[in-house]
Amino acid sequence: MLTTENLKAALLSVALLIVLLGAWEWSIEGTVLPIGDQELSEYEQLVGGSSGGSRIPAPSAVISHAITELSDPFYVAGSNDMGIGIQLAHSVGRVFAGYSLALLVAIPLGFLIGMSPIMYKALNPYIQILRPISPLAWMPLALFLIRDSGASSIFVIFICSIWPVLLNTAFGVAGVSRDLRNVARTLELSSLKTAFAVILPAAAPTILTGMRIAIGISWLVIVAAEMLVGGSGIGYYIWNEWNNLDITSVIFSILMIGIVGMFLDSILAAATRMVQYDT
Amino acid sequence: MTKPFLYVENLKKAFPGPRGQEPLTVFENVNFGIDKGEFVCVIGHSGCGKSTILNVMAGLDESSDGYVFMDGKEVQGTSLDRGVVFQNHSLLPWKSALANVTFAVKSKWPGWSKEKIRDHAMKYIELVGLKGSEDKRPSQLSGGMKQRVGIARAFAIEPKMLLMDEPFGALDALTRGSIQDELLKICTETKQTVFMITHDVDEAILLSDRILLMTNGPHAQVAESVTVPIARPRKRETLVRQDGYYETRNHLVDFLVRRSKELQGEYVQDDGDKEPEVTTPVRAAAGGN
Repeated sequence: MLTTENLKAALLSVALLIVLLGAWEWSIEGTVLPIGDQELSEYEQLVGGSSGGSRIPAPSAVISHAITELSDPFYVAGSNDMGIGIQLAHSVGRVFAGYSLALLVAIPLGFLIGMSPIMYKALNPYIQILRPISPLAWMPLALFLIRDSGASSIFVIFICSIWPVLLNTAFGVAGVSRDLRNVARTLELSSLKTAFAVILPAAAPTILTGMRIAIGISWLVIVAAEMLVGGSGIGYYIWNEWNNLDITSVIFSILMIGIVGMFLDSILAAATRMVQYDT
Repeated sequence: MTKPFLYVENLKKAFPGPRGQEPLTVFENVNFGIDKGEFVCVIGHSGCGKSTILNVMAGLDESSDGYVFMDGKEVQGTSLDRGVVFQNHSLLPWKSALANVTFAVKSKWPGWSKEKIRDHAMKYIELVGLKGSEDKRPSQLSGGMKQRVGIARAFAIEPKMLLMDEPFGALDALTRGSIQDELLKICTETKQTVFMITHDVDEAILLSDRILLMTNGPHAQVAESVTVPIARPRKRETLVRQDGYYETRNHLVDFLVRRSKELQGEYVQDDGDKEPEVTTPVRAAAGGN
């Protein structure tokens, strides 16, 4: 029953893909080059013979480009010509660094806020003011203070992933039932033991949800940050290819961003499943 | 006169009232004692502060006035000497049934080896009839089985005093009956001292040596201490035919229906005598049957 359902869904997905790609390919063929007998005008010669309007590459072109790129993803042919794998690795590395730093700060601080209503009330105004700030708004300040574009990107990732983790940790910790805390008390557990053996596992699913939101936001933000500061990374790469007017490369990069983002999310989803429990 | 193993003196709990108003006294002048090996139930209407009394005895809550002494020492804070069975089982949902028990055993005897902790925990899992289900998570267990794990956890730390807050309140009648039988069996084997809150008159009669009756709150008090005159061993199915059952039951029901309300707010104890009036219902309700 379930397998036939899965089979039907898979077939439908494939059919949809074929229809969409087919429509795309077909619509482009329809607009290709009005090659006629008459000579090209001076303007047409200048813009390369097209009759105006930019041309989107056909899916077949994107696929063949993807095959070329992915067959050698890690080549380095100069500081401005590196494989897609290298660029993605730079971006993932920055996300990983900023994200890990954010976890190191947000989880203990969230614990504190969740455990202590006084800390919550004292810190809440700051959190509420800082949270809605676009992470990219920090970029000039970061560049001025850190004086390094790579480290500034890491800082921006740090600042954007800290809030979901902080708030979810605080929420999860504060929501641990009184009964479980009482169990820890009647067993005379030390506060450290209570935190690690009772509160943390009880709040883990909520904390992991915050971490999953944060990794998603980080991956969104890194592309924009790298477009802004340049140097390396997938955001820089996609902007570079735009400047080269290499739309095939741009579309390929967009796809790769999606695939890596999905991959990052699925890691966190798996981690969430590991700490999930039924009540 | 020697003091009982555990005694409660002039216990009072008051909550500050809304701005400018009188504080709300839930209970006051609560005095009673429990001897070693005794099974004592307390019955009273909702709102009379039974759970608060139990929490103060456990060290989870603080009283506004009065003391609880156990084994010659005043109760301050929680202790592994006093095990608690909570109303809603309160198991750690991410741990298996066995791991929930070993977790408690480990905190009582941190020096024990892994095997010893496991064997000790298994003994109590078997005692509550859960052998074979020890690797299941709480979500895979029925309500009755969860509460059995809770009971195993409390017994496994071998506390000097076991406190149970309506442990069977959330269970259906059939499950409740079978767990009562098991509790009766375990208490007979271990001679555990127990203080238990219940709403169920028959449960109290089946299990207790003595039943404390509380008047209605606010200003609730322990009005009476009823000795259950029914000989042990008791059996659930034959309990109603044993001598003294109906007298006891009538006495308790009469108190809950009528007198708990009439006595509300009255100072029911003589100044000289701190212990509540001791009643033996055979005499009290003679002729009523």
